[in-house]
Amino acid sequence: MSFEQILFYIFATVAVVGALRMITTPNPVHAALYLVLTFFNVALVWILLEAEFLGLLLILVYVGAVMILFLFVVMMLDINTAPMREGFVRNLPVGLFVALLMIVEIALVVGPRFFGLEVVSSPAPRPEGYSNTGAIGEVLYTEYVYAFEIAAVILLAAIVAAIGLTLRRRKGVKYQDIGRQLDVRREDRVRMVRMDAEKQQD
Amino acid sequence: MTMEMPNLVPVLPEIVVLAMTCLILVVDLFLRDDQRDVTYLLTQATLVVAFALTWALGDDQVRLTLFGSVVNDPLSDVLKLFIYLLTFMTFVFARPYMKERGLHTGEYYVLGLLGVLGMMVMVSSYSMLLMYLGLELLSLSLYALVSLNRDSTRCSEAAMKYLVLGAVASGMLLYGMSLIYGLTGSLNVIEISHAIVRDGADLPMVVAVAFVVVGLAFKLGAVPFHMWLPDVYEGAPTAITAYLSAAPKLAGFALFVRLLAEGLGPVTAEWQQMLMVLAVLSLFLGNVVAIAQTSFKRMLAYSTISHIGFVLLGLLAGTNDGYSAALFYVVAYALMSLGGFATILYLARRGTEAESLDDLRGLNDRNPFAAFTVLILMFSMAGIPFTLGFWAKLAVLRALVQVDFVWLAVFAVVMSVIGAFYYLRVLKMVYFDKPVETAPLARGLDFRLVFGANGLAILGLGLYPAGLVALCAGAINV
Amino acid sequence: MAETLAPFLGLFPDGMQPTLLILIQIALILAPLLAVVAYLTFAERKIIGYIQVRVGPNRVGPRGWGQPIADAVKLMFKEIVVPTKANRFVFFLAPVITLVPALAVWAVIPFDDGWVLADINAGLLYVLALGATGVYGIVLAGWASNSKYALLGAMRSAAQKISYELALGFALVGVLMAAGSLNLGDIVRAQQGNILDWYWLWLLPMFFVFFIAGVAETNRAPFDVAEGESELVAGFHVEYSGMAFAVFFLAEYANMVLISAMTAVLFLGGWLSPFAGTFMESWFAWVPGVVWFLLKAAIFLYLFLWFRATFPRYRYDQIMRLGWKVFIPLTIVWIFAEGVFAWLEIGPWAA
Repeated sequence: MSFEQILFYIFATVAVVGALRMITTPNPVHAALYLVLTFFNVALVWILLEAEFLGLLLILVYVGAVMILFLFVVMMLDINTAPMREGFVRNLPVGLFVALLMIVEIALVVGPRFFGLEVVSSPAPRPEGYSNTGAIGEVLYTEYVYAFEIAAVILLAAIVAAIGLTLRRRKGVKYQDIGRQLDVRREDRVRMVRMDAEKQQD
Repeated sequence: MTMEMPNLVPVLPEIVVLAMTCLILVVDLFLRDDQRDVTYLLTQATLVVAFALTWALGDDQVRLTLFGSVVNDPLSDVLKLFIYLLTFMTFVFARPYMKERGLHTGEYYVLGLLGVLGMMVMVSSYSMLLMYLGLELLSLSLYALVSLNRDSTRCSEAAMKYLVLGAVASGMLLYGMSLIYGLTGSLNVIEISHAIVRDGADLPMVVAVAFVVVGLAFKLGAVPFHMWLPDVYEGAPTAITAYLSAAPKLAGFALFVRLLAEGLGPVTAEWQQMLMVLAVLSLFLGNVVAIAQTSFKRMLAYSTISHIGFVLLGLLAGTNDGYSAALFYVVAYALMSLGGFATILYLARRGTEAESLDDLRGLNDRNPFAAFTVLILMFSMAGIPFTLGFWAKLAVLRALVQVDFVWLAVFAVVMSVIGAFYYLRVLKMVYFDKPVETAPLARGLDFRLVFGANGLAILGLGLYPAGLVALCAGAINV
Repeated sequence: MAETLAPFLGLFPDGMQPTLLILIQIALILAPLLAVVAYLTFAERKIIGYIQVRVGPNRVGPRGWGQPIADAVKLMFKEIVVPTKANRFVFFLAPVITLVPALAVWAVIPFDDGWVLADINAGLLYVLALGATGVYGIVLAGWASNSKYALLGAMRSAAQKISYELALGFALVGVLMAAGSLNLGDIVRAQQGNILDWYWLWLLPMFFVFFIAGVAETNRAPFDVAEGESELVAGFHVEYSGMAFAVFFLAEYANMVLISAMTAVLFLGGWLSPFAGTFMESWFAWVPGVVWFLLKAAIFLYLFLWFRATFPRYRYDQIMRLGWKVFIPLTIVWIFAEGVFAWLEIGPWAA
């Protein structure tokens, strides 16, 4: 077994175990953390595949931003998981049956017969100096430029939707108007008054 | 690095719509609430310009551009023209309604236009990637539009259901697409079909097709993936329901044709059976459940399901005649459905939604013009001879008989007869019942004009269907 | 480096030599780094002391130079208190998660031409990705402490870091466009020339945004609402004591040094001499590149301390406003401007 293979098996095992624990752990915060672990290891597998750009991006976007927001929500909500586990034993036989059925079906359909190493050969290593980033950039801005732009428009729609749904100006609340604050001149705020000193009454 | 600049002319309408949407987004920021009509006018102008552009650029050539991912053919032109038209009418119908409810915001128009852009991308995509992205753009805009009225729990519930089930549907579709990509090694529709012919289709391909069909059926609302549709149609503000019942169905039809007929054409036998199940169930459930409804909106929703069944019947014939019949049907359906929801918008006032069937009682006494339009709409939806709906049903049935699905045709006719009951019941209420409400219908001239035009179009196309039939036949060239 | 160590490495079997070489290099980076961190705390107290016309620590050792060591010893012998109902595992995991990325990032920082532990071609992304994972330490610490103050601090910190990461990332896109590479060594080499050729001038808005966002990323004053001792006592690490606290402290200062070093590499030409190509070049030819690099980093470290002594803390909504409404638009505009420059072939984009 080569060094890469050892690494692959470590990362893959941790990723799978993390994914399993994510759905079995009762604590939602732990579940989110296991998901982070899975993402991280999947990113490492990608890097093993010489897709370092995608691997690092996965960490940056999913681990660094998406999951943090997820944790944010989970921590704030303080979900009570007890009701969700009610009837676990009662539904277990049915659930197990369906799960087994699906496993058998999936194995039949997408088993190694169709996707194994014999059908799809393992990728050849790239020559030294190959830049994954450059290669992705090249196709992204040529062949897939239209899809890229449309994806950007989807994000725009999401922004419009998110702001449209959450931004509400309430009446009777004081807002800070930065522009007006900066426009303030001394004359607006300070009034110089010349007055005689008052005599002390006695 | 040298790169050949792709020909951008075929996507010019998309570029214009996107640029104008961004412009409207910015302009709207500087408008006061009482100046919102500027946004409305700009939006309508955008649709008109896009219509003119697509019209001017349209011919019977098939053009591929942007590295084969975008197609510009008669089908895409016809569908785009109808999408602009239907959206234009929707906005006319929606404006007074939205104003009364304080929902007349810039976001409504921006999201509406972004949805149009999504539909345009779907209609002329030749790559699975673009199909998915277009669909997501449309769906995302629709989710947001449905939940636009934040203070209404009914809207929020509808939006939530729509979002969750829509996400499931997208997941299904994406899973199917990724399997197809894995099996054929291409995202491009033409290359997929070549690859299937070359390598043959085995079990994984059938599974992939099943996922794709389920995903698309979810989006169109075919039984048994229809659960969201009545709730969303009923829960969303009526103006939004009108939007989402009309034009997006055309785009969904385009996905069926592009992906199933063109891309997965070699495995027609596989998806034909799946569509058959969907169509039979949709026709049965849509027509039977619609009888039990007391809400006009919900009744129209179930009627939509049954019409989707008919469209699927046309598609599953798998012939050019079938596809053009389905196209004819979906266009006819979109016009009728829009008219139906426009009726509710006509009746609605500040404070009443007028979405119950009881609100239609005695409409003839209150407003003969509206009543007559409803008459045309209902006749057409029921498929009474010499209306638009009749020709549409006839074309689908003819295509079915041609490929020896006589039993399906018979079943469809039986279901239509059942369906005719609830459409005619509406007419009974409109013409023979005493009005519950007597307030006059107050809508502006533009509303009445477009509403009348909608009714007239259905009547006129029913009397002279040859033009539309020829258009649909010319558009399909698989 | 491998040549210098060859006689020593020769004592070990062949298979172990590469690993050993890397371990030695890691030690050579980390040991001085930890020393810098220790004396940075001392410098901070001294400098802020002088700014506020005080003397600062001056009791331990000559002129107070033994102070960091005394502090370290004190922290080591303090008890680590675990709050009741705290999540023990996560509670102890959090400081480690904070420290590891802060140290691991140094693998790709070039100290001089070729003086870099891992010369990977996506170095800049690696820095960003590890920076992003650093947030977890703070969020987990806040959550695991089972304390309201800590949780509030963690929430603030998470929101702040994510917001400023965007501006930081956009600023890096600017550098990327100019250098045409994600490799930090190549970025420095692309700035070849004298002080006016470095990117700080052409990318002035990016330079400011990057450094200020960097200050915010490290939760330093004036962006230290995550700690906010006057309102949140000490924010996310309020429940930590002894070595567990020291690890957070260490990570914060290591991140400060990192941001300074990154700013020096990306905008001030890393190891390059400011006088290259001018008549003064020969006067300073004897100065090794690593000294230039450290000097540049030291300038920014000083700025960190200066900021802390000068600015009052931002209010939370003001931080968000600055990040979202000022920095992000500013960087996007400048990215657009860079595109126009590149098209017109002006400046470093003429290629």
